[in-house]
Amino acid sequence: MHSSNDHDKPKGLKARIIKDTGVNITECYQCGKCTAGCPLNEEMDIMPNQVLRMLQLELPGYEDKLLKSMSIWLCLACDMCYQRCPQEVLLSKVMDYLRQESIRQGKVNPKASDILKFHQSFLESIEKNGKLHEMGLTLSYKLKTMNLMQDISVAPAMLSKGKLSLFPHKVKNLKEIEKLFKKTSENKGGEQ
Amino acid sequence: MIIGYYPGCSLEGTSKEYSDSLFAVAEKCGINLETINDWNCCGASAAHNLNHDLAIALPARTIALAEKQGLTEIVIPCAACYSRLSQSQLEMNNHYVIKSKIETYLEMKFTGTIKLLTVIEFLEKYIFPQVDKHVVNKLNQKTACYYGCLLARPKEISSLKRSEDPMEMEEVLKIAGATPVKWAYKTECCGAGLSVSRTDIVAKLSGKILEDAVDNGAESIIVACPMCHMNLDMRRPNIKEQIKKDINIPVLFITQALGLSMGISADKLGLNKHFVPTDKAVKCIIKKEA
Repeated sequence: MHSSNDHDKPKGLKARIIKDTGVNITECYQCGKCTAGCPLNEEMDIMPNQVLRMLQLELPGYEDKLLKSMSIWLCLACDMCYQRCPQEVLLSKVMDYLRQESIRQGKVNPKASDILKFHQSFLESIEKNGKLHEMGLTLSYKLKTMNLMQDISVAPAMLSKGKLSLFPHKVKNLKEIEKLFKKTSENKGGEQ
Repeated sequence: MIIGYYPGCSLEGTSKEYSDSLFAVAEKCGINLETINDWNCCGASAAHNLNHDLAIALPARTIALAEKQGLTEIVIPCAACYSRLSQSQLEMNNHYVIKSKIETYLEMKFTGTIKLLTVIEFLEKYIFPQVDKHVVNKLNQKTACYYGCLLARPKEISSLKRSEDPMEMEEVLKIAGATPVKWAYKTECCGAGLSVSRTDIVAKLSGKILEDAVDNGAESIIVACPMCHMNLDMRRPNIKEQIKKDINIPVLFITQALGLSMGISADKLGLNKHFVPTDKAVKCIIKKEA
């Protein structure tokens, strides 16, 4: 018999992913097509099919390993895995969830810090302007990572070709954008 | 005829020539593109990586504004923006809870009936019917049509008939008098969002794409996404470092290729704005026989 407080138990990662993303990760039967087609399989520390297997088995230590992995940050969401999956498991959505969970639990792999800083600089630029200001993004990213000289050689050509603007184009109704950032951050971790 | 237009951030900045060439082609065919008033960024990779609800909400605001403006169709030339707007519209339409939540954030109604068009769909629907009158040149070169990921996947939002080996861009290029080549990398990923934070990876992936195009005899690569263009064009020095090979094949936007066949000047199409010189592709062009 089930004990009466089964419902109150905190849900494991597998159950949370299924509930919050709607992706049924138990469907995967390990054919490996996702890994075979992944453009970044050479770079990943946990292969795409292994990510799913570890989530299914939920053995001790697996959750930590996944949340601290590089794979979740390298995934480009190109959806080649989903395209070829005979069980139609939408792995890119699971990867999105794992990244956000990794941040929530403070387990981001230190080697992924530049990738995370780039995404953060990008969102800061949108929050401030409503549109991406490429020059502002570049400066903010350089300051965050201290990669000050990176891509400096393409800057003059970009400017002379009129591809970089010094000042941001802004959305007129910026209050609406600010509200979207505020509201979606308050409810983070809720139902997806 | 008026069609709605969502430029996205790249087309107002680093890929201005994509927008210029689209407008030049549309103007030639008597089609007016009406920009969505006060549109905002789609959120790109950053939003869906870090904040699921924001990734739905940002595009939803733009779509709701377009609906308010009375637009029924929008062309979204950037494949990445197209993907984000389509994903947002799909989730809003399929999940009532998400939709009502986002609508309260937006303080706007979202009906979700607007038709979102990729640049390829736009060309097929509005340019093809009258293309015969306007095409005066033959591109007269072998081209590799590169779709990348976001035009081909996921299937729920892709407009292409064959996701592993699509042929829609090839049809456009045939009309423009080019000879599309068969090659293996047309729907492989260029590395997209990691261009700045992991340039090494992008150079490796983009290098493989360039190599395969050249190995199959292509003289130019045709793209329909500003991210793909930037990685295949601007990242050439990084690619050289990775694959130890100097590849100088030019990369053109599909609208530039079609524009050239319509006799629009290379300047107006922004062909001088690329990093890899495009004159080799322009020199091949011959007058179409009457």
